[in-house]
Amino acid sequence: MRPPALSRWPALAFFAAMAAAGPLMDSFWQSLLTLVFFYAYMGLSWNLMMSAGLLSLGHALFLGVGAYATAVLIAAAGLDPWLSLAAGAFLAAMVGSALTWLGARFSVRGVHFALLTIAFAELFRVLFDNWELVGGTGGFFLKAINPETNRPLATLRGGTLFFYLAFLSATAGAYFIIGRLMASRWGYRWRGLHADEDAARALGVPALQSKVLVVAISAGLAGVGGGLFGLMQGSLFPDSVMGVRVSIDILIAPIIGGLGSLFGPIIGAFFVVPLMEFSNVLAQRIGFFGLNTLINGMLILAVITFLPDGLWPRLIALARFRSSARCSK
Amino acid sequence: MLKVSGLSKRFRGLVAVKDVSFDIKRNEIVALIGPNGAGKTTCFNLIAGALKPSSGSVFLDGEDITGRAPERIAVRGLVRTFQIVRPMRGMTVLENVMMGAFAQTSDVAVAADIAAKAISRIGLSAKANDLASSLTLPDLKMLELARALAASPRVLLLDEVMAGLRPAERERIASIVRELHAGGMTVLLIEHVMRVVMALAGRVIVLHHGEKLAEGTPAEIGANPKVIESYLGTKTKLA
Repeated sequence: MRPPALSRWPALAFFAAMAAAGPLMDSFWQSLLTLVFFYAYMGLSWNLMMSAGLLSLGHALFLGVGAYATAVLIAAAGLDPWLSLAAGAFLAAMVGSALTWLGARFSVRGVHFALLTIAFAELFRVLFDNWELVGGTGGFFLKAINPETNRPLATLRGGTLFFYLAFLSATAGAYFIIGRLMASRWGYRWRGLHADEDAARALGVPALQSKVLVVAISAGLAGVGGGLFGLMQGSLFPDSVMGVRVSIDILIAPIIGGLGSLFGPIIGAFFVVPLMEFSNVLAQRIGFFGLNTLINGMLILAVITFLPDGLWPRLIALARFRSSARCSK
Repeated sequence: MLKVSGLSKRFRGLVAVKDVSFDIKRNEIVALIGPNGAGKTTCFNLIAGALKPSSGSVFLDGEDITGRAPERIAVRGLVRTFQIVRPMRGMTVLENVMMGAFAQTSDVAVAADIAAKAISRIGLSAKANDLASSLTLPDLKMLELARALAASPRVLLLDEVMAGLRPAERERIASIVRELHAGGMTVLLIEHVMRVVMALAGRVIVLHHGEKLAEGTPAEIGANPKVIESYLGTKTKLA
């Protein structure tokens, strides 16, 4: 993933416009776009790891650790929600670092690293399934809050507009943080390791340190996303936050949007999430169960076949073509 | 400066490098030659940390670097190029070279500056912003060299940087190596182009079947009957 070539103003304008539009939308659109920004955010986090060539097929692990840590610390330990969210991010980053260190220690590379991420995610899911303290398979529930007296910025809980703005801000924050990182020495190193690990190391790129750092940041971001997600849902089940299905759902948006670009996961989420939602509704209306999964699969196949670089590079190319065509007229 | 003693590498049953020792002094240019499969590149891999030796040790400036990670050896000042070029294809020439420069600085602008100087030194400035994937083989060889230079090594290991190049391009690399030598650099190079070896190197080490067959000045090596028999051949003209 290269650092964005454009200035930061178009992105800033986009996020500001989306924030301003929030209160004007009804709750259906607010919840739909909340989901869009949730997947955009998780996709940004996933794509960051991918920038160093680390394919995560178990990103739900970090989401889940963040979600459980945040919810349990708030509900069982009575900790401040913001601190709980930070603790969740920290724990997710620690789990990510441990996984990466282990992988690097035993020279687990490429697709084998991806398998390691699945293995870790499943290990944790089974662990949480059997951990009575956090509810096991029965799930962990947050107490309902009184919407009359609730102060969203103190409890980090609220209505649809609150979570819409929360995930929008998280996405904007992650976008600019990752943009800065990719333009730094570490960003270059991650891309170098992705392109050719042995060549990069021969030039002095510290492979282990670089990988642990990128996974820790990616996992920490995913942990924050998980924490907010758990607070939004009010209930957590190992399968619904750590399951393989969740990991797969996270990587669809960045793949469709474009792996190599910073804005790709956001575009991908805008494309994928509404389509999923509408195909879900459609499947239920006409009683054709599995239609949504079918559409989902066909879509991914189509993008991989016809737009291997994803939507974003194609949109950029189209925009350039249009503007140059206009100039020549 | 670079001391190798009793270096051996076994791959299962095969002994690729067997009990090789040599000592390279500061500001020397030494050539490592030998037929294909003699263990030259394996030797490089052992020295630069890409492979761990089965036995023996490598010292850089008196410091034991045996079996260290390649990135740690690179930042200690020993940098190698690859015989089969390994560009980072999705990145530009400048970005490729910056990868080496980051060994010296964490500042992206400074790294770009160092990289631009290294690129201009090898004469690739016109292509600095091209993707590495668009370069021809001679340019990729130049890129290998530029990347290594940007890491500001004290010891440079060049693995057949001239293979596949035209005479004019070889001469350009040879003159860069001479310049580096004049600036105090220590160079160990693997080369098949004997004309170049004899012109550049102050000392030659010959490997054969993983073992050191001979060591000496180019003239001594050219006259050594064992070397002629096993590698150079009787009709090779040595310039």
